[in-house]
Amino acid sequence: MDSVILLRYGEIHLKGLNRPFFEGCLVKNIKAALKDIGPVAVITARGRFFVECPQEHAEEAMARLSRVFGLISLSPAMVCERDMPAIEKMAVELMEERLKRGDAETFRMSCRRADKQFGMDSMEMNRHLGGVILNAFPALKVNLDDADIDLHVEVREQVYLYTETIQGAGGMPVGSGGKAMLLLSGGIDSPVAGGMMAKRGLGIEGVHFHSAPYTSERAREKVYDLCRRLTPWCGTIRLHVAPFTEIQESIYQQCPHEELVLIMRRFMMRIAQRVAEANGAGALVTGESVGQVASQTLESITVTNDVAEMPVFRPLIGLDKVEIMDIARRIDTYETSIQPYEDCCTIFTPKHPLTRPNLDRILRSEEKLDIEGLVGRAIEGIEVMDFSR
Amino acid sequence: MKPVYLDNAATTAVDPSIIEDMDRCMGHVYGNPSSVHHMGIEAERLMERARTNTADALGAKSDTVIFTSGGTEANNLAIRGALSDLIDKGKTGHIITTAIEHPSVGRVFDWLENKGFDVTRLSVNERGIIDLDALKRALRPDTKIVSIMHVNNEIGSIQPLEAIGAIIQNAPKRPLLHVDAVQSFGKYPFAPEKWGVDLASLSAHKIHGPKGVGALYVRKGVRIIPQSLGGGHEGGIRSGTSNVPGIVGLGMAAELAAANPIAGHAMALKKRFVECIRDTIADFRINGPGIEEGAAHILNIGFASVKGEVLANMLSQQGVYVSTGSACSQRKKPHASYVLQAIGAPGDYIDGSIRVSFSRYNTMEEIEKSVEILKYCVGKARMFVRR
Repeated sequence: MDSVILLRYGEIHLKGLNRPFFEGCLVKNIKAALKDIGPVAVITARGRFFVECPQEHAEEAMARLSRVFGLISLSPAMVCERDMPAIEKMAVELMEERLKRGDAETFRMSCRRADKQFGMDSMEMNRHLGGVILNAFPALKVNLDDADIDLHVEVREQVYLYTETIQGAGGMPVGSGGKAMLLLSGGIDSPVAGGMMAKRGLGIEGVHFHSAPYTSERAREKVYDLCRRLTPWCGTIRLHVAPFTEIQESIYQQCPHEELVLIMRRFMMRIAQRVAEANGAGALVTGESVGQVASQTLESITVTNDVAEMPVFRPLIGLDKVEIMDIARRIDTYETSIQPYEDCCTIFTPKHPLTRPNLDRILRSEEKLDIEGLVGRAIEGIEVMDFSR
Repeated sequence: MKPVYLDNAATTAVDPSIIEDMDRCMGHVYGNPSSVHHMGIEAERLMERARTNTADALGAKSDTVIFTSGGTEANNLAIRGALSDLIDKGKTGHIITTAIEHPSVGRVFDWLENKGFDVTRLSVNERGIIDLDALKRALRPDTKIVSIMHVNNEIGSIQPLEAIGAIIQNAPKRPLLHVDAVQSFGKYPFAPEKWGVDLASLSAHKIHGPKGVGALYVRKGVRIIPQSLGGGHEGGIRSGTSNVPGIVGLGMAAELAAANPIAGHAMALKKRFVECIRDTIADFRINGPGIEEGAAHILNIGFASVKGEVLANMLSQQGVYVSTGSACSQRKKPHASYVLQAIGAPGDYIDGSIRVSFSRYNTMEEIEKSVEILKYCVGKARMFVRR
């Protein structure tokens, strides 16, 4: 028998008339997550999805689905016909399987009818099936308040039975909220920022700035690896790799060194915004967190934000480094992020960068640079790579 | 431009004739040398010929050569295998090494120190050489093993092994002498039997052989406890189905290295390289031994006001492949090379150091071309140095 995974989704319920759109997104993402896993069917029922997949892939499917945003919980379930003897048999089998773990002494029944036409009502079913289980496993006791095993039976067009529920990733289906351009450096923060905005339903594209030969080929490989690690959460990611060497060298030669990082970040914002516009993204996402480094003080953020016309999302803005690291570990980008290759943010860092910059001064320094030419050439030099699970 | 490969201390190009022979061996003589049938015996014959060739290059008998997966395994097997008996009995002792060993020796000594062994790490002078008197003073009645590398992989300093061997042999209570000869084997005179070396590690891929194969020389009568248990291959010291094609490659590489001494050619390349730099690039220093004194195939140069990593990237972009420090340590946290620190190189030059290493495939034209490119890169890198 094929196993079934029962999926519950959350916030989408609130979306009123737009609900079919959100559900459509979510189904698409579920299918994409499972596409190479073998024949998989996604059945939509009221307030639930059921994913049918071959038994041998059930565990892998559960793991993948637990990373699909928009799902609040998942239960691996067994299915049978709407026929009481079949339900009884399946309930006993499921209980037997569950009891093999040997950590349970009590149980309760939680029956539900989505279809009220079914012969027994929920209470009757609870009592009846509870009796069947007690008969089959005389050592078990019923405990309605704090049972070790909660055996659920849901009567729909078919009947679904399960004892386990694991937490889903929550949030909104990726892509349901539009698309954003993530400034992806290779450090710990930016992948986390991307993951957090994907959780709120945004599709993610990335822009990475590389400064060969100041940054190595390995630094670039590292960013590719981060993209791969984000795909279980974000789905497909398109990465735009922009050459940044000329810009950094020009700033270095023509502007005061303590302003290097700020002017550099303004260029990044300009380029990211152009790339976003050209690719239908409506916002920028950065991994900034107030006060973390000199370029992320309130004054510095004011200076970099000044060149942005579209919204800039900074989901980490109020998080501590430790909190960010925790999320990075959870989404499995941490180990890659801590590989020690210099990225373009660190290589030109002056010893004493400005922490309280003044916008007018920065603007005056920038006058020496051919901003349009530099941005244009960086955009022309962009290489695009696609990553999918 | 054809890339110029100047990273031969990291690994070397495999000799085409070795590839051919290994290919033939893999394709046709795929028998297990431990099998009784004809194919197995043929494989065994190839393997034993390789053993003889490898031993010949050491001036030793073939039964002293134990094949391993490379230098790292040989180093581990030698040191741990020599002390296992003691460790199993819960005993410790005194052991000696140097401050500039490869991590596959250095880390083993750290591990032994944690097990309770008393470790002496001999320091080196600015030319990367240990002080023989310090070695004499360090020897104690309970010294169990002395491990000293022949040629250092980062700076090319050559330890006076013959003299070291004499000191060890004359010690009242003679410890074992292990030599990591990975960078010297097949390139410079190395005579373990004559010099009183008990254990020596070598590797095929540094002399145009394949990766993943090496050997441990074990002097007759020296007892090594196997570090992995199994079918009792290699005289019971190193179990595991023999890597016949790799071993054939090692044997050939040893034979070819003996027939084509590289030291003269490499020394000419190194001298030319330094000459060209002297003429064109300011503010550099040669780290470690003097040009003539050090290994011919290794040159470590530090440039002031440059980051070695950036310089290596720049050179790579231009098709010149070199290393910063040793290839083994580059993937870890970038830190100042422990070898350059041990020789007391000035900080600014440590940061800006690269290792250039030569092989018989490099030509004078390549050297001149590379220095031209190097000059351009150093100039450019110095324009954009972090302040």
